[in-house]
Order: sequence, then C-alpha cells, then structure tokens
Amino acid sequence: MIKINLKNSIIDINLEIESTSFVALSGKSGSGKTTLLRVLAGLEDSVGELHVESHVWQDSSTCMSVQKREIGFVFQDYALFENMSVLQNLLFVAKDLELAEHLLHVTEMSELKDRLPRTLSGGQKQRVAICRAMMKRPKILLLDEPLSALDSQMRSNLQNEILSLHKEFGTTTIMVSHDPSEIYRLCNRVVLLEDGKIINDGSPKDILLKTKGSQKFSFEGELLEIKKVDVIFIAIIAIGQQLVEIVLSSDEAESLHVGDKVNVSTKAFSPTISKN
Amino acid sequence: MIETLLNLELTPFILSFKLAAITTLILFCISLPLAWYLSQTHSKSKPFLEAITALPIVLPPSVIGFYILYALSYNSPVGAFFKETLGVDLVFNFTGLVIASCFYSLPFMIQPLQSGFESLSKSMLEASYISGKSKYETVFKVALPNIKPALLTAIIVTFAHTIGEFGVVLMVGGSIPGETKVASVAIYEMVEIMDYSSAHIYSGLMVLLSFFTLLAVYTFNHKQKFSGFIK
Repeated sequence: MIKINLKNSIIDINLEIESTSFVALSGKSGSGKTTLLRVLAGLEDSVGELHVESHVWQDSSTCMSVQKREIGFVFQDYALFENMSVLQNLLFVAKDLELAEHLLHVTEMSELKDRLPRTLSGGQKQRVAICRAMMKRPKILLLDEPLSALDSQMRSNLQNEILSLHKEFGTTTIMVSHDPSEIYRLCNRVVLLEDGKIINDGSPKDILLKTKGSQKFSFEGELLEIKKVDVIFIAIIAIGQQLVEIVLSSDEAESLHVGDKVNVSTKAFSPTISKN
Repeated sequence: MIETLLNLELTPFILSFKLAAITTLILFCISLPLAWYLSQTHSKSKPFLEAITALPIVLPPSVIGFYILYALSYNSPVGAFFKETLGVDLVFNFTGLVIASCFYSLPFMIQPLQSGFESLSKSMLEASYISGKSKYETVFKVALPNIKPALLTAIIVTFAHTIGEFGVVLMVGGSIPGETKVASVAIYEMVEIMDYSSAHIYSGLMVLLSFFTLLAVYTFNHKQKFSGFIK
C-alpha cells in the first residue's frame, strides 16, 4: 500500500494506492500530473507524508533523498545518457549484466545494445529508457507520458512491453496519459486531476465510458469543413485519427462553424415487433 | 636568418607554456564547481556572481594588473600575510604571474563550462539522480562526458588566452629573464630595441601555434557531432 498525502504550491493530493496496481493520472495540461510524479520521486519539494509499504519516504521530520527512493522514472523526452551505449545506460544504474540482458531481450533491443542513443529511433529510445528504469527493480514505476511522441503501432507494442514488465517485476506503476485506449488497456484505476486536486477516481470503465448502458453510439470530434453539394450540406469531422462525412440539414449547417467541438451520435437500430 | 633561428632564446616560450599549463589546471579545478553551481542554481546571487566572474573580459588588463599588484604587494594585508607568515613574495616572480593569470583568464574557463552545463537536458541529470548517483558522480560520469566540446573549448581557450596575455603580466611580473619574461613580453622588448628579425620569428611562431591549436579544437568538435558508435 502506498499512502500519499502531499502538498506544495501546485498540488494538494491525498491518495492511497494498492501495491502492484497500475494507475493512470489524467487531466488537462497544467493540472499537476507531472508535478505529482516529480514530488513522488523526490525531484520537487513538498510537505506532507509518503509511506511506501512499511517504509516512510517522507514525513514531517524525514525526507528520503531522490537517490535512495526505490523508483524508476521514464521521462517524456527519454533522458538517456548520450555518452553511453544502450547497455552502458542500463549498467550505469546497477551492475547487473544478467538483468540488463534480460530486459533488452524482452524489449527486443539486444541487437542494438552497443549503439549510442542518438542513433536510435524514438520508439527504441523509449524502450531503453523503460529498461533503464527497471534496472533498479523499483517498487514504484513512474511514467510521464512515455508514449505520447510515438506513432500508434509503436505505442501498442510498447504498451504490451510495459504491461508485461509491470507484471513480471510486481511494481506499482503510475502513468500520466491522455489516451483513453491506452489507459483502458493498461490501467486498473484512473485518477483525474484538475488544478492540482483529485476530481475523479475510479476504474477506467467508470471514468472513460461516457455512454455506459445506453443504446447510443457517441463520439467527440472537431468540425473541419462544411461543403454544399447540390441541395445538401456535408460536414467533414475528425474523430480521433479518423475523418468522417456527415450529411447536415441547412439549419444545422448554419448553426455550426468550422473548428467547433461536436458530438456525433446515433441510436442503435433496435428492431421492435408488433402484431398486426 | 638561420643564424638568428639557431641562437633563438626559447626560455620565454617555455615560460609562457608553463604559466599557461599551471593556470589552466588551477582554473579548471576552481571553475568546475563554480560553473556547475551557476548552471544549476536559481539563487538571487547568480547574476551578481556572473557579473564578477565576467569582469576580466571587460576591464583593461592594466586595471586588473594594478589591483592585483596592489593586493599582492607588501602594502596590502594579503601580501603582508604571505610575506610574514609563509615567507613568500607574490609580486615580480612566477607565483605572482600565476595568481594574476588565474584572475585574468577566469571567465574563459567558467563561461564555456557553464553554458555547456546549461545546455544539458535537465531530465538527463535527474535520471542520473534517480539511478542513485550522487551529484559528484553525475558531474563526472554524465555531465562532463556530454559537454566534451565545451570542455575542450574551455581548456584550450584558457590556455591560449594565458599564452596571449601581456598587460597584466607586464604589470605584475615585470620582465625578469627566466622568471617573468614570457613570450609576449619578450616580443614587446624586441620591438622596442628594434630587433625586428627576432620579433618576426617569435610572432610568426605564436601565430602558427595559435592557429594549429584552434584548428585541433574545431576539428575535434566537428568530429564529435558525427560519431555514432562507441566501439
């Protein structure tokens, strides 16, 4: 069990997390997600208490240094040691060649172990960063939007790798993410932050599924263009990565403007039977 | 011409290089912690410290020379202390030259190091702390190896700048052969006594040495950018 009760000028968080769970931190930018991770790591000052299992990491009289906390941290910008090869990056954390080779094997990076970070692609760099974070066999793994700079295929590969490492090492993982599908696949709890405070906390299903139980399909999108074709209007709407065309009535076309955030929904066709 | 070359007195050159080497070594030891501190601190004293360390760039060498001469002479508490307690004279000898050069060349060591440290990604240094490494280890194993071009620039420019100093050296050291008469002072004296052929040789040597030193620095920095493998 990890008990967090920490406060500074940006955040005010009171949270309990079960050991070995996978928690997503979500919320708008500036809501304090990254600050919370940095405070947990000891990279930023705060007051309050932090208990990790039976150990006190921080209370009114003590504050464990960054170096002593059993954490792994994966930065958005990878933060690899540019002067060291992939393998040296891992061994810098702990001189455990067996573990390093195992991690590189799991992430399919064994062949690139003598390369310098600057010769790697974004996905490969982030794999190295994740392996490096695991070299300490951390109790808590903190991931700060680790996959946001990667394309969708690379994302889904790395999601699987993160999940399998999380399970293998039995870490408690806290990940900042904005991607609902990523959160749904990986996490068993979502904590929503706003202005440094928790505004919602629950299972991914409770928090992310907006149309629970209704017969409605509903998507949020952005209106990109309205064009007139003969007598009808057609709207081009971006929903996630997809573009769709939707027919509008002239009234609708007048009330909508390019750039509007819109909700695209349809009721499921449910056949009904009645006696003649 | 050949005769002049053969009879060339090399002591001033050796003295210049000795002075530059010692000054560079001392300044590296002093500047490393100071540059690191300046690059990492958010303290209000930072601009104040930066202004002080940059002063020698702006001040005329005669001003620095005058103050150092005054501070190290027997009339000042510092000079008197060294003379009475340790029995060391600090003016018109080699020790005085080293002290003066350290002040004069300080910004040339600090500034490249500081901007090198500042250019490092903050998260890379934090990753090192999270890996359990102390500040000391982080500086030597992560920060310094990642600012090799800045490090080399700092060392070479400090060395070269010390070789090239004239005003401060003349004021604090005078021109005692074998003790404080460095190459730049020797050239000045040659011109003064109208020994132009020696002055040509000395000056030409200085130009060549300086050019090849700088060429080596830029070649190294250029290569650094394009290497990919460690092995």
